[in-house]
Amino acid sequence: MSDLSTNLTVKTDISNNIILTAENITHVYPGTVALDDVSFSVRNGKVNVLIGENGAGKSTLMKILVGVQQPTRGKILLDGHEIKPRSPIEATRLGIGIVFQELNLCDNLSVVDNIFLAREKTRRGGLISRRTQRKLASELLNKLEQKIDPDELLGNLRIGEKQIVEIAKALSQNVRILIMDEPTSALSADEVDVLFRVIRDLKSSGVAIIYISHKLEELTEIGDYVTILRDGQKVAEEEIENVNVTWMIENMVGRNPATLFTHKERELGDVLLRAENLTLPRAGGGYLLDHVSFELYEGEVLGFYGLMGAGRSDLVECLAGARPQATGNIWLEGQPVNTETISDRIQSGFVLVPEDRQRDSIVPTLSVQDNMLLASLKKYLRGGFLAAAKERAATNSQIKDLSIRVANSHQPITALSGGNQQKVVVAKGMLTQPKVLLLDEPTRGIDVGAKSEISEIINRLAEEKYGVIFVSSELKEILAMSDRILVMSKGKITGEFSHQEANEEKLVAASAIGHGSLNGGNHHGSGK
Amino acid sequence: MAQENNNKQIQAKKKHKITKIDVQSFLLRGRAFIALILVTVVFSLLSPSFLTGTNLVIMSKHVAINALVAIGMTFVILTAGIDLSVGSVVGMVAMMAGGLINEGIIIPRLGIIIYPHTWMIMVLSLILGTLAGALVGYIISRFNVAPFIATLGMFYVARGIAGLRNNGYTFPNLVGSAEYGNTGFEILGAGTFLGVNYSIWLMVILTLAAHIITKRTPFGRHIYAIGGNEHAAELSGVRVSRTKIIVYSISGFCSAFVGLIVASQLVASHPLIGDTYELNAIAAVVLGGTSLAGGRGSMGGTLIGAFVIGVLNDGLVMMGVSSFWQKVIKGAVIVFAVIIDQVQARMQERIAVQQQEELD
Repeated sequence: MSDLSTNLTVKTDISNNIILTAENITHVYPGTVALDDVSFSVRNGKVNVLIGENGAGKSTLMKILVGVQQPTRGKILLDGHEIKPRSPIEATRLGIGIVFQELNLCDNLSVVDNIFLAREKTRRGGLISRRTQRKLASELLNKLEQKIDPDELLGNLRIGEKQIVEIAKALSQNVRILIMDEPTSALSADEVDVLFRVIRDLKSSGVAIIYISHKLEELTEIGDYVTILRDGQKVAEEEIENVNVTWMIENMVGRNPATLFTHKERELGDVLLRAENLTLPRAGGGYLLDHVSFELYEGEVLGFYGLMGAGRSDLVECLAGARPQATGNIWLEGQPVNTETISDRIQSGFVLVPEDRQRDSIVPTLSVQDNMLLASLKKYLRGGFLAAAKERAATNSQIKDLSIRVANSHQPITALSGGNQQKVVVAKGMLTQPKVLLLDEPTRGIDVGAKSEISEIINRLAEEKYGVIFVSSELKEILAMSDRILVMSKGKITGEFSHQEANEEKLVAASAIGHGSLNGGNHHGSGK
Repeated sequence: MAQENNNKQIQAKKKHKITKIDVQSFLLRGRAFIALILVTVVFSLLSPSFLTGTNLVIMSKHVAINALVAIGMTFVILTAGIDLSVGSVVGMVAMMAGGLINEGIIIPRLGIIIYPHTWMIMVLSLILGTLAGALVGYIISRFNVAPFIATLGMFYVARGIAGLRNNGYTFPNLVGSAEYGNTGFEILGAGTFLGVNYSIWLMVILTLAAHIITKRTPFGRHIYAIGGNEHAAELSGVRVSRTKIIVYSISGFCSAFVGLIVASQLVASHPLIGDTYELNAIAAVVLGGTSLAGGRGSMGGTLIGAFVIGVLNDGLVMMGVSSFWQKVIKGAVIVFAVIIDQVQARMQERIAVQQQEELD
């Protein structure tokens, strides 16, 4: 084995240390070619980045590598021998592990039980050895620098913490090739740093990483090689040190990225929303929101930045009426808002685009149209019954307004790509004729093109004098989009910056206030 | 040139595959209707008297009982709930109605007995059933009790009340008397309009109403949304608790109607009326293509499902199949229906994924 690898090093740089190759993979779905003659090489001890827009074929390629799907044509070589994994379990046995983007964890089990699910450490006699499992889990979580209690119920964790657990689970399998599908999409900047340290550790111990991400900036930091897919074809393969973000976007989208996130100077109107002393107690004592006060102007995009658990999502949920325990005063256009329930708040003009699209936004069993109209059904009545013509008119106007790509509005919502699903969710909000839009991570997990479109939509809405509250964990995006940025930490507002004065350092510094050290990795939603 | 040919072949192949999937999904979606035709044809061949007018009316009368319960059940199952209490509510309402006819309302303090008019008795009975459902719905949404448990509770309570009402005895001969002005109860069960029994008309009318409610009102859309994703429905402003209470009330209302019809047909109330109706209803709903996971299904499907079960029941009886074998066959059909439910769910997932890949 070691002889073989020394022999290989004499080859050219780009082909050395190849542990796994996908050769000329073609995958045909009825009606479409998802992968068209794609070859992909994975190098030992390197981070092999795979990027492309949604639908470019990344997921299909990964599904083939871990045996969820079988290629129509082409073969996979592991250490030069052809393998044909038929299931993820088989792939794991071959040393290929995956951290799924959609978390594959059980909310009703503890963190430990999730990490060792189906691979329980047993004592003689077949009983689970809780002590061994807990010890190993603690070690893994410590390595990831997380203060997650191994005995905590998974359902009680924030989505970012769950992602850490998913990563710990993959690490516990001692794989040689680790596929990470958007591992950072739910992580804060500090957690990403920790993850990158872990990835570097893995690299030095000879693990090959396949890394998929929509966050292109981080790729130049962590990646070694990049492969770009577009429309099922490989369009480029290069060493990361030779390329930059602009080059990546150009290859992914096929156009100039200079116009991705734009900020236009706007005239702000009157105070639209005033919140005073918004307070949300935490179940175990303390506050999720600690007397938060702020103002939002007509036509303003107000960004909220912070670490996970800082209270940003809690804040927008309070405004949307989803947190009945919250106290404090809210004025909308100078009038006090006294209503409690979500439907009342929607009537008043608040609308929430939730953070977790799968869990909180879409109804998977309903069509695109039915999802879009769900929050505003009363507008399409004729004599007490839903009028198909009115429904269709509303749907079509939104599809056109937000340029949603959908062949037929009666298709199930799940048939759309993430970006288009998110646009449907935004359309659902717009149809309630809101005054204040509460967007919680609206661009999470969607491709560059769709991100840019969502940002255009936000800009347009601000120009139309809506008030937009925009929660994001992506520094570049929030800096580009916001007229003003409020930074939160531990339930309090710890910084306020205008578009001109804000920069990455200031935001990060303000987001760490109250956490002791700037570099510590313990900023997850503590006290769950 | 060769490549062109190759492409053409691939395209032809694609087209062929799509049609195959279309056919499969059509067969799955129309499975209840196909099953109905199948069982009808089989029994007509085996028994010449099966497909006669008289037999069809008798069969429809049987079907109506199950279909009415199943319509209420469909509302509940569409919200991803379940209602085990329907059969017991049928029995409780039958006993209460029987008691009102034979004994009236006794007010001991004043020493008087009030005999309500037959119409009044029916209205009171329907209100009772609706309230039983509303209580279950309230417990489910307010205290976050699993529908299975809450309705299991009502399953026992209502059946117990049915027995308590007359110490386990039957209320016989529910014809009322002219001097009390409460005659005519038996007309509900025996009466006809255009030669068709009232219960069959009721089945048709309630199915139509339920169809329109589910497909063409915001309330109906909310039901589907809750069954598909309760979180998302709530955050979209759907009043989830209220909707659920109404849904279980509808189920109670339908059960009450059935309680009245059965008591009227028998001209008697027995505490065990409605026993195992919940299982027949669930079977009809599932057979009709409604997903037990909620969010998918239709009233039309439920009606067809009820007919499949009715045809199966009566057909097997006419064939002289032993009642033990009838149970075996019915049980197998129910499980088979759930298997199909799962196959359909997986199939729809696959189709959705394929459409996405095509679109992107």
